[in-house]
Amino acid sequence: MNSSAVSLQEIVESTVEAHRGKIGPLMPVLHSIQEKLGYIPGEAVPMIGRLMNLSRAEIHGVMSFYHDFRSEPAGDHVIHLCRAEACQAMGSALLEQHARARLGVEFGETTADGLITLEPVYCLGNCACSPSIRIDDDVYARVSAEQFDELIARLQGEE
Amino acid sequence: MMAVRIFVPKDATACALGADAVAESILAGAAGRELDIELVRNGSRGAFWLEPLVEVETPAGRIAFGPVTAADIEGLFEAGFPGNSDHALSLGPVEGIDWLASQQRLTFARAGWTDPLSLGDYRALGGYQGLERALGMEPQAIVDEVKESGLRGRGGAAFPTGIKWQTVLDTAADQKYIVANADEGDSGTFADRLLMEADPYQLIEGMTIAGLAVGATEGYIYLRSEYPHSRTVLTEAILRAEQEGYLGNGILGSDRNFSLELRIGAGAYICGEETSLLDSLEGKRGLIRFKPPLPAIEGLMGKPTVVNNVLSLGAVSTILAEGPAFYRDFGTGRSRGTLTVQLAGNILRGGLVEVPFGVTLRDLVEGYGGGTASGRPVRAIQVGGPLGAYLPESQWDVTLNYGALANIDGMLGHGGIVVFDDTVDMARQARFAMEFCAVESCGKCTPCRVGSVRGVEVIDRIIANQDREFNLRVLDDLCDTLENGSLCAMGGLTPYPVRSALRHFPEDFGD
Ligand SMILES: Cc1cc2nc3c(=O)[nH]c(=O)nc-3n(C[C@H](O)[C@H](O)[C@H](O)COP(=O)(O)O)c2cc1C
Ligand code: SF4
Ligand code: FES
Repeated sequence: MNSSAVSLQEIVESTVEAHRGKIGPLMPVLHSIQEKLGYIPGEAVPMIGRLMNLSRAEIHGVMSFYHDFRSEPAGDHVIHLCRAEACQAMGSALLEQHARARLGVEFGETTADGLITLEPVYCLGNCACSPSIRIDDDVYARVSAEQFDELIARLQGEE
Repeated sequence: MMAVRIFVPKDATACALGADAVAESILAGAAGRELDIELVRNGSRGAFWLEPLVEVETPAGRIAFGPVTAADIEGLFEAGFPGNSDHALSLGPVEGIDWLASQQRLTFARAGWTDPLSLGDYRALGGYQGLERALGMEPQAIVDEVKESGLRGRGGAAFPTGIKWQTVLDTAADQKYIVANADEGDSGTFADRLLMEADPYQLIEGMTIAGLAVGATEGYIYLRSEYPHSRTVLTEAILRAEQEGYLGNGILGSDRNFSLELRIGAGAYICGEETSLLDSLEGKRGLIRFKPPLPAIEGLMGKPTVVNNVLSLGAVSTILAEGPAFYRDFGTGRSRGTLTVQLAGNILRGGLVEVPFGVTLRDLVEGYGGGTASGRPVRAIQVGGPLGAYLPESQWDVTLNYGALANIDGMLGHGGIVVFDDTVDMARQARFAMEFCAVESCGKCTPCRVGSVRGVEVIDRIIANQDREFNLRVLDDLCDTLENGSLCAMGGLTPYPVRSALRHFPEDFGD
């Protein structure tokens, strides 16, 4: 959905409305806005606050507590690279180094062309076939440096 | 002639190994040859080392092939697939695969046999018998059966499930809740994920029974956001269960109501702890609450709440279907039912193993696991997730049950077994334990929030050989502070991987 076609205010209103009556609706609302826009724009925070009767500080507090919520847009694709123990046992530290060098970014950063954001993750539940990465909603198992490069090349080819 | 049924799992790990491409190639190959096939996307059996595991239904049972890649499909068809099983990838009848056949599947009995979303398949394999029985029982009778089964929570703390339910049943309130803890944050664990993706109705049925037992009409599944496949399966399963009258108002024509909602976490390990999870469900930061009050008395929105792990709730379906004695008789001592572990990390044959209690760690890692994937010697095994101890070879003959592990300062936790070969640097593992605590601390107590950051620095100094003796003492003090001054197990147990690494592998910490 394009935010210029439908105003941010409308998106926030319809999202909050869709979750009205639920208990603890803030997390589902934030998830839903992020799914639509890729992030939670700063201007959305006071709008959510007004509609849900929450202070800005409360919403910021929640957003900053959880690793998933972003206040800045991510790249077109997000790669989550698993840093947890089972993947460490299969060489994820080397894969991590390779990924940083290949993409030229640190964790939490987006490539200069805006294509890929690299994030750490602590376990994808794929620990019998480590090391694991997730690209958007697809998980990849036993990822070698070569396979990582192939996956990146495929993302670049889609442009 | 009937179409030949071919099964290709749609589980996250199977897909991570290319199962979707395998499924597409099979469809294309069959179409090109005008073969009449029906492709079923089943759940995984948890033999992840064999994934993608393709099965063909024959009059003599299911014939398995694995691990299959899309590149193998042409060759398979040329060798006569699916009619002929004469191929290097053929594993013979799936029931003859020793790794699976020698297990004792209770919770995972249905996994891999069915299309996870087919309610017909679920019922045909014994599903919803527990709920049907429970609908004819008094709440107290249901709770009694869970107590008699000896079921203890599978999320880590091993608390008797029946006793927790009794508290919720006994606490009068206008509203009560059932919450399934599907946050499964421990590295090396995927049993909850496998259950949700292979047999989701078992969880849904267990939660519904829990609702009947304690008088709760609303349930929530708190699922970690790292499991997009589980999310897809659960979303659809809940919808279908509603459509078929298993959820909602007037369950199966009775006057009982139970509705279920899926909630997604947001990447915080600490939200697996039940009180943090409840705050998160309420839309807050996932801070740990002081206990008491117990969630069973003041849980979600201050109401009596059952919080149980996915596997605990799943087991309830079996207990109600087969009776408590059936479940209890599988175990020994205080460990009842079956032992569910996950073989992970540097392991040749990784996956889900469900066996009777009584096996040793060595049986599992060397027997089922076949040693390391790298072919090098095993050096250290972390049992019970990121807060579990690293065990050296002298401890691998420990029997895996709650008591025996506790005796060696270990814990079974959620059953994660992460194997490391001899290239592991245990000082780095100790450092990571502190780093993980720093990243995932909820921040409520200083020892955990600040101590973990200091822990990383001190271990760095030890590795760099700066004032070694002094810094080892500082680390020891820090560990004491964490153990004694933390509100929850995040800070309280982080010293276990650190100290076990130091104690059993001192040679890795410089000299
Ligand atoms: C730091 C921490 C993380 C936890 N993570 C989980 C988890 O991911 N899944 C889970 O079921 N229990 C987890 N627990 C245990 C829960 O607090 C709680 O004991 C459990 O959900 C109760 O269910 P059970 O009795 O069925 O095991 C965690 C506990 C702690 C201290
Ligand atoms: S020990 Fe850590 S995670 Fe647990 S309550 Fe304290 S600060 Fe939070
Ligand atoms: S530790 Fe990486 S997927 Fe579990």
